[in-house]
Amino acid sequence: MLAATQQPDTGSMSESAETPILEMRGISQIFPGVKALDGVDIALYPGQVTALIGENGAGKSTLVKILTGIYRPNEGEIVMDGAPVAFANAQAAIDAGVTAIHQETVLFDELTVGENIFLGHAPRTRFGLIDWKTINERARVLMHQLESDIDPTIRLKDLSIAQRHLVAIARALSVEARIVIMDEPTAALSRKEIDDLFRIVETLKKQGKAILFISHKFDEVYEIAENYAVFRDGRMVGSGRLKETPQEEIVRLMVGRDVHDVFPKSRVAIGETVLKVEGYRHDTEFRDISFELRRGEILGVYGLIGAGRSELCQSLFGTTVPASGKTFLEGREIVIRSSADAIAAGIVYVPEERGRHGLALEMPIFQNMSLPSLARTSVRGFLKAANEFSLARKYAERLDLRAAALSVPVGTLSGGNQQKVVIGKWLATRPKVIILDEPTKGIDIGSKAAVHAFISELAGEGLSIIMVSSELPEILGMSDRVMVMREGLMAGIYDREGLTAETLVRAATGNA
Amino acid sequence: MQRLLKNRELLLALIILVMIGGFATRAAGFAAPANLANIFNDTSILIILALGQMTVILTKSIDLSVAANLAFTGMAVAMLDAAYPGLPLALLIVLAVVIGAALGAINGFLVWLLQIPPIVVTLGTLTIYRGMAFVLSGGGWVNAHQMTPDFLNLPRLPVLGLPILSWLAIAIVLAMWFVLMRTPFGRSAYASGGNPTAAVYAGIDVGRARFLAFVLSGALAGLSGYLWVSRYAVAYVDIAAGFELDTVAACVIGGISIAGGIGTVIGTVLGALFLGVIKNALPVIGISPFAQMAISGVVIILAVVFNARAEKKKGRIILRERAAKEKLA
Repeated sequence: MLAATQQPDTGSMSESAETPILEMRGISQIFPGVKALDGVDIALYPGQVTALIGENGAGKSTLVKILTGIYRPNEGEIVMDGAPVAFANAQAAIDAGVTAIHQETVLFDELTVGENIFLGHAPRTRFGLIDWKTINERARVLMHQLESDIDPTIRLKDLSIAQRHLVAIARALSVEARIVIMDEPTAALSRKEIDDLFRIVETLKKQGKAILFISHKFDEVYEIAENYAVFRDGRMVGSGRLKETPQEEIVRLMVGRDVHDVFPKSRVAIGETVLKVEGYRHDTEFRDISFELRRGEILGVYGLIGAGRSELCQSLFGTTVPASGKTFLEGREIVIRSSADAIAAGIVYVPEERGRHGLALEMPIFQNMSLPSLARTSVRGFLKAANEFSLARKYAERLDLRAAALSVPVGTLSGGNQQKVVIGKWLATRPKVIILDEPTKGIDIGSKAAVHAFISELAGEGLSIIMVSSELPEILGMSDRVMVMREGLMAGIYDREGLTAETLVRAATGNA
Repeated sequence: MQRLLKNRELLLALIILVMIGGFATRAAGFAAPANLANIFNDTSILIILALGQMTVILTKSIDLSVAANLAFTGMAVAMLDAAYPGLPLALLIVLAVVIGAALGAINGFLVWLLQIPPIVVTLGTLTIYRGMAFVLSGGGWVNAHQMTPDFLNLPRLPVLGLPILSWLAIAIVLAMWFVLMRTPFGRSAYASGGNPTAAVYAGIDVGRARFLAFVLSGALAGLSGYLWVSRYAVAYVDIAAGFELDTVAACVIGGISIAGGIGTVIGTVLGALFLGVIKNALPVIGISPFAQMAISGVVIILAVVFNARAEKKKGRIILRERAAKEKLA
């Protein structure tokens, strides 16, 4: 606490003119089972860009949602111009002058540019009707400020992705905002469009607006931002002025602890090649993917969101449009057209969101567990409940599943136990290759360790594992080798020995 | 007692019994075994159709074409019987099932291969199948005197005190219970509706499960076509108009979640019987048919509200468990 109050003091001594427009002090946000933010302090200054840096799941999006009035923090206060404020809802945040340009732009294809910009706060005529003339005029002025001549009366669906992005920015600026939040605004833009965007940011700076800029890409951050704040596991682990901070320092803050110590990665004898993928490609998602996976090996797959990792894995599992290229399992070429083919061949996929992709919550535990193994538990084509129960009991014991009975609906279990049902369900198919998509996303640190120990155990039993993860410590700590993907291409495969976070981040972001 | 009330099938059965008891105080003989058997027989076709509808709804779909399918198939077999009195009855019944299944397969294919929403597909085929019945018959009727006595009498034949129609309904209830509880198809129907994405990841072909559900629903609708025509001894284009809504209502009252994946055979049967009891009782106690429709509607909405509340409660229980666990930790 002392350190936190001292920081602004030292800042004000060097540049006494600076007082923040907005300060967040000691903000905590608690969700059932997870502390998403833990005592975070951050300050935003007029005419300056503050870069918010952190891995996926570090708490950046939660912070944005608090600032825009979508969540109300459990602890802490927000101070604007020296007075504490509380945003009761999204409108309250907008009224206070906070506006956000979101990662996925929330716009409507069938509405015109003008309608999209003023939706929800359209100017009215004196009869209370919508004032189209003013809308289109003001929209044209806004687009002009952004150095664009998009006609406000055309429909959004006729615009390119970059143009849509401009509309989203215009929408954010159409309210009288003093604080502009940009949540990964460059993710979908080309270099030229990024330059255009940065010119807009410079204009906003000159107007004295405070900007919170969220990005993964270090070159952009150094180009546009004055200040930085690094988040890790819901805490702010460092902040300051970018000019005085080398990039290595920021990466170190972002990754944190010395990862090899924390993870229960056990030495496993790595055997012969189990899965071999050659020249795998897909029309729109990825291309030139080739790798081998050996018995007992954990292959980490790292990359930014949208790099094509999940798409690649889902394609290997047969749930998306099949890609071309060759796949060999234990030396034999296999063709996978559906998830049923993949399961029969011995490849299973544990999806990222267990609630949405993993379980039928109304179904009893034992039926969820046996669902992919029905061919084995059935007798002469008819279901046999006794076999399903004994299969479920076997894996429930092995995974230490806590449930009143195996016949209760999965929906009544806690999150951690639901995860065990998902894993048990897949182990019951006796797979050779198991693909784990973000296995510890959204679960707390303690449960993470248990999941990691279990993954190591599986590898020890001779399973081959592909682990997709956005968390650097997890990737570095668990993987025998790491494949990095960037924009649908393989950016490299690295061995565990001597691998550093910096190498992976550079490969994933394309910074030389 | 609390646990008894939580079992919605038991609760529905209790409500039906209370209703029968209540009506019996107003109309003597309402609760007599003969009258109850009569109500069951009267509801048999609804039970058969509702079980097909239930299977479709379980997969997160809906079949609005069942009554039109029934009308077309009923017309087709009635005209065949009238034109070729020599055809064996067994052949006609098999034909009814096959025609119905084929019409159901058309629905299923459109849903599976063209990925059109089921409500749109079956709204379209509803009018198409009715139109086909009109084209087939030229708008004419097939009356009792044109049909063969065998064709007309089979469902009425008493066996061990109950008409064959009732026995057939009982047999189909048992068969449907077996199909849904003991076959991989049944399980895949529940999984496809309960969580389509999870079902795909588990290697289930969700489209195929929906297709088969529509074929099953169509086959039962075809069989019901014969049963309806012989029971009411007449076939014309508009028979069973609007009856598809009764089948959906029976499912909803019986606790089948319209979102798919939840529901039991016994629930559907009770839902159909609930409607059957109301339909038979209201005229007896002197309530006009218009009020009947309104009352059915109110009951359906109450059932949906009840379902929504039952599903909400479960969410609260999870949170409480989690909260308790956090306290311990």
